[in-house]
Amino acid sequence: MTDLLLRFLFGGLIVSGFAVLGDIFRPKSFAGLFGAAPSVALATLSLTIASKGHIYAATEARSMTLGAIAFIVYASAASFLLMRYKPPALLVSSALLFLWLGGSLGLWFLLLK
Amino acid sequence: MKIEAKFSALKNVKPHEYFVRFLFGGLVTVLAGLIAKRYGPGVGGLFLAFPAIFPATATLVEKHEKQKMHRAGLHGSRRGRSAAAVDAAGTSIGAIGLFFFAVIVWFYLPGHPAWIVLLVAGCAWFAISVLIWVIRKRI
Repeated sequence: MTDLLLRFLFGGLIVSGFAVLGDIFRPKSFAGLFGAAPSVALATLSLTIASKGHIYAATEARSMTLGAIAFIVYASAASFLLMRYKPPALLVSSALLFLWLGGSLGLWFLLLK
Repeated sequence: MKIEAKFSALKNVKPHEYFVRFLFGGLVTVLAGLIAKRYGPGVGGLFLAFPAIFPATATLVEKHEKQKMHRAGLHGSRRGRSAAAVDAAGTSIGAIGLFFFAVIVWFYLPGHPAWIVLLVAGCAWFAISVLIWVIRKRI
């Protein structure tokens, strides 16, 4: 339970920190870089290294490469749809999470399983 | 295009908006840990690149741009969504940097001090993302 609470606090703080950087910087396309900051990764990997060691964390990082490829596709698709069809941002960004999930799991089954 | 740090922009963010992002960040980090515990580091690792706060950020960008247009007496929905699209284009570049972050951690974590690897990977994420952003702006 302490581990989960620590993860929650650590993750929340790092993600919020990068989000504040995104609020501060202009132009918007530059600020957008912080939307893909390694915030969850930094929080998770630090705690995982401490509890399970370097090899376990490196295995997570190997899979993370596939999650990042799916993230590139996800954000590009969101940008295209928002620019082309102008749907509400929440609708597009939430619906496309299934694309990220399907893409990353699909790549993992194909390449790493 | 000039990069600026506009600290006054923080005044436009309401306390509950900070809270939502903190909540999302915390929950996704917990989720990534639980998934790794249940299904192993292979599947759990995918969630280290989960678009944790993108939906919240895109919605905020749209909302703030819309409010700006409302103050000018305009509707602003289309403008707000275009602003969110520009933000998402930046995020797609940041995600390329995220890929290289993961590659560095994957290759160098075994056998090297963790804090150095994470520091180098974080710097690489930033440098690669900014470099691609600059190249894209100049094309």
